[in-house]
Amino acid sequence: MFGTVFVLAIRSIRRHLLRSFLTILGIVIGVAAVVAMVTLGKATTSAVQQQISALGTNVLQIRPGQGFGRGGGGPRPPDFDPEDVTAIEQQVAGVTAVAPQASTTATAIYEGANWSTTVQGTTNGIFTVQPWPLAQGRIWTPAEEQAGKSVCIIGNTVRQNLFRGGEAVGHRMRIGNISCDVIGVLSTRGQAGFGGDQDDTVVMPIKAVQRRFTGSRDIRLMMVGVDQAYSTTVVQAAISDLLRERRNIAGGKQDDFNIFDTKQISDTLTGTTTLLTRIVAAVAAISLVVGGIGIMNIMLVSVTERTREIGIRLAIGAVANEVLMQFLVEAVVLSMLGGLVGLALAQLVILAATPLMQVPWTFDPTINMVAFAISAIIGVVFGFFPARRAAALNPIDALRHE
Amino acid sequence: MPDPLISLRNITKVFGTGPTAFQALKGVDLDIAAGDFIAVMGPSGSGKSTTMNILGCLDVPTGGTFLFRGHHVETLDRDQRALLRRKYLGFVFQGFNLLSRTSALENVELPLLYRGDDRKARRDAGMAALDKVGLANWWDHTPAELSGGQQQRVAIARAIVTRPDVLLADEPTGNLDSERSVEIMELLSGLNREGITVLMVTHEPDMAAFARTVVHFKDGLVERINANHHEREAVSV
Repeated sequence: MFGTVFVLAIRSIRRHLLRSFLTILGIVIGVAAVVAMVTLGKATTSAVQQQISALGTNVLQIRPGQGFGRGGGGPRPPDFDPEDVTAIEQQVAGVTAVAPQASTTATAIYEGANWSTTVQGTTNGIFTVQPWPLAQGRIWTPAEEQAGKSVCIIGNTVRQNLFRGGEAVGHRMRIGNISCDVIGVLSTRGQAGFGGDQDDTVVMPIKAVQRRFTGSRDIRLMMVGVDQAYSTTVVQAAISDLLRERRNIAGGKQDDFNIFDTKQISDTLTGTTTLLTRIVAAVAAISLVVGGIGIMNIMLVSVTERTREIGIRLAIGAVANEVLMQFLVEAVVLSMLGGLVGLALAQLVILAATPLMQVPWTFDPTINMVAFAISAIIGVVFGFFPARRAAALNPIDALRHE
Repeated sequence: MPDPLISLRNITKVFGTGPTAFQALKGVDLDIAAGDFIAVMGPSGSGKSTTMNILGCLDVPTGGTFLFRGHHVETLDRDQRALLRRKYLGFVFQGFNLLSRTSALENVELPLLYRGDDRKARRDAGMAALDKVGLANWWDHTPAELSGGQQQRVAIARAIVTRPDVLLADEPTGNLDSERSVEIMELLSGLNREGITVLMVTHEPDMAAFARTVVHFKDGLVERINANHHEREAVSV
């Protein structure tokens, strides 16, 4: 019996191509929307995670002041000093390295080319804290660091603009008022997640930057690497206690510094994008349901329009179940067809949108299968009512129907 | 005399309930012998269509007994009656009632599809039936591409493709001109000679003249039954 009704359903769909197409349009759009939204949402989430993991996953950033920015009124809290760095490195368990940072902007000059860039003073610890390998050359030695030698490691953007893409290591360039030896080139990192070119930088030993540029021992930022085996929360608390003690903050008072956990940011952002993906997918799912109602609508009209046909079928010996199955199978075949077309459309949308959104192209088999299954289920659910109505027709009345 | 193929005893039919109830049949008795060609006549409202619907197992009587090949039909449920129609009955309607946008062959094959025949069997039987009504060359035409007479012949092919015992025709010539009408009647007569029992409702005496037996209905009862052998010979040229 199933073979029979399947043949009948296919014939009926083929005979009314335009109507069939209009019927499935809702499902097509619904499925395409759900699949495209979920896939793009997941791609965005993974892109955000990727960008954040470039900062280093187990990294604490410590700055003076409360939260982002300078905060309200009152005296500006003091910056950190090199003793703070040593104290954290030596007294807090689970710390792999502490990289202090002092930065400024300066113009770099090499053979007539000049380029304004960021100069970051730090220690070798930065290369432990952040996964940012060198493309060429070497990092400075502890002796060079201790002496505050004028050596620099340059980012790729600086290399492109100053050395025109040529050899940089071993050459001497001017930066601000001093000259320095280029000892290394950083590997390309690309755009930062929130604007700005991460490769547009010159890294030098912090003592050199403090002495030649900022003129003080102040440290604005400390990057602390945390051992994988330790919880960042525990390490954060330990650092907080240590700094409060060193900065003489009384029991009831608030911290005058803040510790930022990149893992926390990562989790928050991932949570946000996941939530947004769910909301958009939910909206898309509603359109899928609306598509199902569209199928029911057309099928009901079709039952009325084909009343006489149903009468003929009943008269020549179709049992009620066969008529019911024919209309049900017709609805299911239609909605599954809509599901397939929707999946194809979704792939096109994803292909077109990924370069615009700057997220990687991905294919998620689960959502594709789920969306397709839902389209079939919609066919059954919304096709059943019209099919039952068709099967319940009285053959005599159906034959007389004009 | 052998047992009749169909036997109606005291068949009544009431439409509606309460004060608006209408008694369409008031106790119809009718025996139909296998191989007969019966024309049912009578003014509208006389109960002839209701009787045909009951005989065609499309409707059930309110009271009385309906024997088909000695089996009670009045107690069958909806699906059992559908299966009985599928196996033993063929229908031809006044309005042809072919599926639109569907080729003549697919229309004719439809009853076989419900019977579960395979593709080849359907095609062979369908073509044979079309050949019988003289439309084998028109098998791929849709009803819109066929004349009224041709459409009715496709409908007859559809009715006989299952080799039914009984062919029920409800005013089969009602929508056709007299020339086409005679063609259809000759076709039905030929099928009858091959052994199919034909039951036909008509209000045209010219068409009734083709039948062996004419049953007249009046006021929900059988008024009289005439046999007319010689008339049929005279008319069919």
